[in-house]
Amino acid sequence: MTSAPGPTSTTAGTPRAVVRSSAPLPLLAVGVVVAALTLLPLIYVVVTSASYGTTEARDFLFRDRIGELLWNTSRLLLGGVALSAVFGVGAAWLVERTDLHWRGAWHGLMCAPLAVPAFVNGYGWVSTTQAVQGYAGAVLVVSLSYYPLVYLPTVAALRRLDPGLEEVSSSLGRSGVQTFAFVVLPAISPAVLGGSLLVGLHLLAEYGALQLLNYPTLTTAILQQYGTSFTGSAATLLALVLVGFCLLLLGLELLLRGRRRRSSVGSGATRRSTPLRLGRRRPLAFAALLGLVVLALGVPILSLTRWLLRGTSATFDYATLASAASTTLGLALVAGVVACLAALPVAWLSVRHRSLATTLVERSTYTASAMPGIVIGLALVTITIRAFPALYQTLPVLVAGYVILFLPRAIVSVRSTLELAPPALEDVAKSLGCSSTEAARRVTLPLIAPGLGAAVALVSLAVSTELTATLLLSPIGTTTLSVEFWSKASSVAYGAAAPYALALIVLSIPATVLLSRVSLGGGARR
Amino acid sequence: MKRARLLLALTLAATLVTAGCGNDGPSIVVYNAQHEELLVDLAADFTEQTGIDVQLRNGKDLEMSAQLVAEGDASPADVFLTENSPAMAQVERAGLLEQLAPELTADIPAQYRPTTGAWTGFVARSTVLVYNTDLVDPSELPASILELADPEWAGRISFSPTGADFQAIVAAVLDLEGEEATRAWLAGIKANGTVYDGNNVVLQSVNSGQSEVGIIYHYYWYRDQAESGDVSDNSELYFFGDQDPGAFVSVSGAGILASSEHKTDAEKFIAYLTSQDGQQVLADSYALEYPLNPAVQLAPPVRPLSELAPPDVNVSDLDGSTVVDLMTEVGFL
Repeated sequence: MTSAPGPTSTTAGTPRAVVRSSAPLPLLAVGVVVAALTLLPLIYVVVTSASYGTTEARDFLFRDRIGELLWNTSRLLLGGVALSAVFGVGAAWLVERTDLHWRGAWHGLMCAPLAVPAFVNGYGWVSTTQAVQGYAGAVLVVSLSYYPLVYLPTVAALRRLDPGLEEVSSSLGRSGVQTFAFVVLPAISPAVLGGSLLVGLHLLAEYGALQLLNYPTLTTAILQQYGTSFTGSAATLLALVLVGFCLLLLGLELLLRGRRRRSSVGSGATRRSTPLRLGRRRPLAFAALLGLVVLALGVPILSLTRWLLRGTSATFDYATLASAASTTLGLALVAGVVACLAALPVAWLSVRHRSLATTLVERSTYTASAMPGIVIGLALVTITIRAFPALYQTLPVLVAGYVILFLPRAIVSVRSTLELAPPALEDVAKSLGCSSTEAARRVTLPLIAPGLGAAVALVSLAVSTELTATLLLSPIGTTTLSVEFWSKASSVAYGAAAPYALALIVLSIPATVLLSRVSLGGGARR
Repeated sequence: MKRARLLLALTLAATLVTAGCGNDGPSIVVYNAQHEELLVDLAADFTEQTGIDVQLRNGKDLEMSAQLVAEGDASPADVFLTENSPAMAQVERAGLLEQLAPELTADIPAQYRPTTGAWTGFVARSTVLVYNTDLVDPSELPASILELADPEWAGRISFSPTGADFQAIVAAVLDLEGEEATRAWLAGIKANGTVYDGNNVVLQSVNSGQSEVGIIYHYYWYRDQAESGDVSDNSELYFFGDQDPGAFVSVSGAGILASSEHKTDAEKFIAYLTSQDGQQVLADSYALEYPLNPAVQLAPPVRPLSELAPPDVNVSDLDGSTVVDLMTEVGFL
């Protein structure tokens, strides 16, 4: 077993490949079952698409319209991921590495946009200015919604980073900017990449915000196909293209991530580094962060307030709101916990028993998340009504649908903390007489607990805003906040929709706070 | 602390599981693609009168029809309600609808029912042109919706082609003008117009002056007027009238699933839905769609159904699949 010799082998450390034992069979079996579950929608999509003839399919796919959708999807991915990374890394660096005042408050504010669902943000922007419709607006609005996904892991990575490396760099004559570019950035790149992958996956599946911003992508086109067309096969063909995009992202991330190990034993070196003196640039940094807060939080909240005050339909009944809120909370928590439990074996396999097979298991769980909820919903409708009619439109199937859709969010969180938990500690526990299961439970699980919490929080946030799969799969009579919001908003009852959006934001605050705490707690650090 | 949280989660889960059960009385499941607020009061009133509980599953036209087709014979649904007729026609073609007894729908005029008798219309919405009053003089407005494809309207129109609403309008144009004319019209308005997703967005764009005129259904404008006027105060409605394809009145359908195990109760629901009582509840709701029972009228300021002069279109003739082909060909889909 390779054991990290000391604190200097932190993030930037030894580019040594990790050689681990092959996976225990029961664990592998569980991982394969989870992966198989998430592959069900893909099988459905392939089978449904196959009902299209080859020429028909070709005629459908090789058209100007599809070209336009591909172009739109690609440039949204590029622009959205890049801008989210700029916002996320920039904000993380200012908050973590400079002598800016009120760092704690800024950190909270930087995470807060997570509590505002992207479609609520979209509504806020569109009802404020129509100028955001189109490419530039779409990139801006989705980045404002999703940059915390880059910000959070980056702050965590910066905080864990051994300041000694930077001190050596500046002692050798590099400027602050050079040190950032050549030392800090490579060291935090896995965190930035992981966050960017999440942003990319979110963008592939994003529907509500983009519909409001009038920016057509493959995903909005799929929803429109289901809304207009009688056969699902055109829509599933588009879904296959979307899966292609997802595979591209996964491969890219895997390639860039490399095979470094990043855990370290001991946390003595993760002291706070000497913050960069901003001096006269302080007002500038202050203005930049304030600007981000105004754009990401101020605009949607102001416009929500305006709806609440103006709309005459705002005389909502508290009973519906309360029941929708408690249903949403319950579903979000249950699905979050189940997704976290399902993610654990998959992440464990991919980190601790890395091989072609386990990497395949891990990566195959991502395909479903790139497809819109309606595809996953219809797949489960088709499968359950034929194979398990008793389970049709019951809670377990709905939760399974959520888990399939949002598992990658849990896996990314669990994996990133698991990578930081040194396997050597388990080896020590085993040498002291623990069985491997016991060692994992008593040593590693406590170390990765923050990651598990983050996984539950991330999945819960996603579930609370989900719409299309919920409509198809939920037990009859289930109303969630987002279902009510869309029902009101699509009937132009903005006043009536506003309380539901507000309730969604309020419900999301605990998960957001949890995520912001976890990132500062710093994974394996105790 | 951890235990307390776990307990909370378990309690919530238990509430969720039990929420779906209970209620032993007679009950029907309605797959409702209509706007929810249209049905909520009506369902409550029906339950009060008959003691039959109504469980609503809400969605959109073609997503629900796709779900019904996927469910087939095993569908838990007793009644299906749509916003427009093509989705109902899809379920009818899949052989999933029960014939309605003639006396159930006697109150609804024949032009709002399919000749097959497999379902009935229960409310309707009129196609309208909404125009920005600062940018357009009423005298400039076209006599026919077909003129919107002419070069003089380039860059001035907007509409929402990706949804069941617009599809119904195109189906009417197809029925009245034929395939060639419809293809040319679609290509013309695509070249002239801006595409938005949703009639409410079209309304907003016209009101803010981004486009001068927009094709929508009447109630979006009336509802916003009733709500706040936020996205309609700078605009007015123009009704084409004169049997123009642009005066098309789209029918919302109601049908009973052949697989229903509560057909008698479902029939009671359809009878109530089309009765004077039921239609009055619909008329009084926030929906502002036209009741089809002639005994019931919408309150002013909504222009009465009797003044609309819609074209003569048989609801059973509206051909959704050709419309989808044409719209795919032109590049809307």
